[in-house]
Amino acid sequence: MTTEAAPRREIEVRELDRVTIRFAGDSGDGMQLTGSQFTRTAAVFGNDISTLPDFPAEIRAPAGSLPGVSGFQISFASEDIHTPGDQPDVLVAMNPAALRTNIGDLPPGGALIVNTDAFSANNLRKAGYESNPLSDGSLKQHTVFEVPITTLNARSVEGLDMSAKQVDLTKNFFALGLMFWLYGRTMEPTLRWIADRFKAKPVIGEANARALKAGYAFGETTEMFHTKYHVAPARLSPGTYRNITGNEATALGFVTASRLAGRDLVYGSYPITPASDILHSLATYKNFGVRTFQAEDEIAAIGSAIGAAYGGALGLTASSGPGIALKSEALNLAVMVELPLVVVDVQRAGPSTGMPTKTEQADLLMAMFGRNSDSPVPIVAPATPAECFDYAIEAWRLALRYMTPVIYLSDAFLATGAEPWRVPSPEDLPDISVENHTDRATFQPYARDPETLARPWAVPGTAGLEHRIGGLEKAHLTGNVSYDPDNHHRMQLMRAEKVARIADDIPPLEVHGPAEGDLLVLGWGSSYGAIRSAVERLRDEGHSVAHAQLRYLNPFPSNTGDVLKAFKRVLVPEVNMGQLSMLLRSRYLVDVVGFNRVRGKPFRISEIRSAAEAVLAGRPIEDIANQPSEDESDSFSASGQGLA
Amino acid sequence: MEEQRSNGNGSQPGNGSRPGNGSQTGAGAAAPADVPLSPENEAVIKLSRKDFVSDQEVRWCPGCGDYSILAQTQKTMPEFGYPKENIVFISGIGCSGRLPYYMNAYGFHTIHGRAPTLATGLKIANPELMVWVITGDGDALSIGGNHVLHSMRRNVDIKLVMFNNRIYGLTKGQASPTSEMGKRTKSTPAGTVDFPVQPLSVALAAEASFVARSVDTHTEHLQATLERAGHHRGSAFVEVLQNCNIFNDGAFRDFTERDVREDRMLVLEHGKPMVFGKDRDKGIRLRGLHPEIVQLGNGVSEDDLLVHDEQAEDPYLAFMLSRMWWPEFPVPVGVLRQISRPTHDQLVSGQVEEARAQKGEGDLAGLLVAGETWTVE
Repeated sequence: MTTEAAPRREIEVRELDRVTIRFAGDSGDGMQLTGSQFTRTAAVFGNDISTLPDFPAEIRAPAGSLPGVSGFQISFASEDIHTPGDQPDVLVAMNPAALRTNIGDLPPGGALIVNTDAFSANNLRKAGYESNPLSDGSLKQHTVFEVPITTLNARSVEGLDMSAKQVDLTKNFFALGLMFWLYGRTMEPTLRWIADRFKAKPVIGEANARALKAGYAFGETTEMFHTKYHVAPARLSPGTYRNITGNEATALGFVTASRLAGRDLVYGSYPITPASDILHSLATYKNFGVRTFQAEDEIAAIGSAIGAAYGGALGLTASSGPGIALKSEALNLAVMVELPLVVVDVQRAGPSTGMPTKTEQADLLMAMFGRNSDSPVPIVAPATPAECFDYAIEAWRLALRYMTPVIYLSDAFLATGAEPWRVPSPEDLPDISVENHTDRATFQPYARDPETLARPWAVPGTAGLEHRIGGLEKAHLTGNVSYDPDNHHRMQLMRAEKVARIADDIPPLEVHGPAEGDLLVLGWGSSYGAIRSAVERLRDEGHSVAHAQLRYLNPFPSNTGDVLKAFKRVLVPEVNMGQLSMLLRSRYLVDVVGFNRVRGKPFRISEIRSAAEAVLAGRPIEDIANQPSEDESDSFSASGQGLA
Repeated sequence: MEEQRSNGNGSQPGNGSRPGNGSQTGAGAAAPADVPLSPENEAVIKLSRKDFVSDQEVRWCPGCGDYSILAQTQKTMPEFGYPKENIVFISGIGCSGRLPYYMNAYGFHTIHGRAPTLATGLKIANPELMVWVITGDGDALSIGGNHVLHSMRRNVDIKLVMFNNRIYGLTKGQASPTSEMGKRTKSTPAGTVDFPVQPLSVALAAEASFVARSVDTHTEHLQATLERAGHHRGSAFVEVLQNCNIFNDGAFRDFTERDVREDRMLVLEHGKPMVFGKDRDKGIRLRGLHPEIVQLGNGVSEDDLLVHDEQAEDPYLAFMLSRMWWPEFPVPVGVLRQISRPTHDQLVSGQVEEARAQKGEGDLAGLLVAGETWTVE
């Protein structure tokens, strides 16, 4: 709002460095939309942001039920932040079920905004409340703001030709408007979004716009709030920024890789949570020559990608754990025929169907070893949503340069979480193009580049290079079928060596903090933010602690062993039961300590910190790893700055 | 019959119609502009069977029907006027899967049942290629059944040749999805209890736009059938009745042997009445919804017989033919159905072209800064 009405009462504006808000409601209440609109607004304002959408796999669980609760947490700050915050400073609960499932995370003194209209006897019963928490004193350690959102919202859209159900669906915008007022945010980006989104349904658009404004006006006029909060723009490095989720960044990275490689992208994919958004994104980039193929199953998806790679295109497929399991045999074919391919695994909690919308980092060993025989495949893993862009390109650079399939490990937290991304200039991006082989005189299907050991890429349509490849063992050089024992031994060594050589072609493992000392906290993938924040705080307190985050899991950067050995202890937090720990122990014979907590949620800063403190003090960390989340008696909040 | 291979969206071979659009992809990078890529330039290409024989030693069992299929395939290839570098053979697992090694063209011996998926991706990447999928009854109808269904219904421009020997040969003799009920094999010593499928019924139900059958030993007919399949634009399904002389010898002998075949097989010809028999004295007539065999003469003439129409809009006649089997009926061979539908690669490329026409060629810098951005000084 550029022109704000003069406040009718004294309202204090307080400066905060960081605020974490969680919106929680029914999965039909539009909480994801509310959260993402707040995110866009904060991002465009210039805050650093980090988000954690948390929603059920059920599209619409019964209204008011505990399984149907959908949440969206956003942390926005005037400083560089790495996580969506351990705990919210403000919880917006649209019904009793949302309150019940989220109140455990709200620290004492935290602000709670509730939609009192939803606290009917029926809804309280569905949420399992025996008495009304709004009146039984159980919330007294929080600052509670009771707002009859449903009633106030319905009044704001009176006179519009809408059903009661349609009216109810607009109340999330009322809540959003109120939060915009509270944090002094402009409604303009959201009003523009509403106008665009509901072009074809002007009445609904009008209702949403009115609901938003009514929520804002309510904040301004009610006597309830005496303070507004201001979070200044963050001091990010200069550049043009946009807000981006991991899946969006992944898709953009692949389109960019296609341009940088000078080859069209063929994306074979089968719908699966949480990877489907990559398909949805890529399907909109047809004018970039992107061909998307929704296959009949996961196997057909990777088969089509390998077929496309054989034809000279960038063949890409993505899935989540259960789908990657199905792709294993075909992935191994790509290993044998040595064609470039990128396989994305947006990991989710398992085993089996597991918890489809919840995050986990437990497919690392499947990526490493989940194929028959010895079958080396390079693995990269971005650490933040924005980094997904860079590693999509990097995955292709390696696949093309080494003629190999590459696995790209993302996860549900990265995929759906958002952060500001400094948009690169295309001219700053690497040239990853490689040449097709066309020379008849020098062609042998399994001759190898002396440096990379890559075999030539001779695509159908190239005259004079007709040859046959397949899953049967290949004779060195000719590529003919071979059962020769020495040849097989040689080819197994060759495939291993080709991947191993990548270690010299990737950046060394970077250590943040002292190069040697008491403790190294080593993570991979999306645990980056929580580890970095925890380590920074420990170092501020004088501990000798460093952080390193592996982006390359196979091969490891060449200095990894030296880094591990420069510290007295190594703590390896993973959202799995110790997979990287196992790899590090076997490879480097270093007695790393695994911190393994698998609750379908990303690590909190406080968890890493507690584990690190325990290791520094020589205490066991199992109790910390196994501590139930509800019982977090942790006074260490991400911001430490609640609504007072 | 659609003889002409049009290039889909009016584009010409060798230019932007294939992925890459000036970039290095598929045939585009390799083939100079004057290399003929399609039959429009047929006169330029004169290849013979020998050009398609690879240097690899053929390793099927002596007496296997696959030898004949290979020979007819090699003989047929020069008919299409394609340079051999634009022809690709993709196979799955099984005895049939070895065929690509013996063809001097591009070849990809993939994994069990999945050849159609690789072929689909390859055609998306480079629509100019002529792609053959070589498969067997186990590969296509058991482990790969799903991919046959979907590649056919999408009308992927592939010629799928299924060697049907009604047995798993490479694994040494287990029942297959086309093995007859009660068949005793190593895996079914008391006889299989699994009801078999008719491959051509499956292909028709899967909406294949070309469905045909031939026999390994009927070399001229097989060659003619492969030629028809090769000229078809879209998903072609060809069942070749193939003898496995080791594990299922004589599976089709009762009706394919030289001395009986005219009486026990029905050679389909488009627009012709369904006449068969050594003396051309028997025919197929429709009674209600069922076919029946009639003796010509005594008031029954060819006018009373069913006339084969492979181009019929609806699949009923073809489906009826696909169900006819010895000894109740003569076994139909030839083209049961051929219809024209846009191919999958045409539709996929068409959407790309349309997007380019509407939005213009993608601009990377613009793409990266799309949506709401802000600047930090």
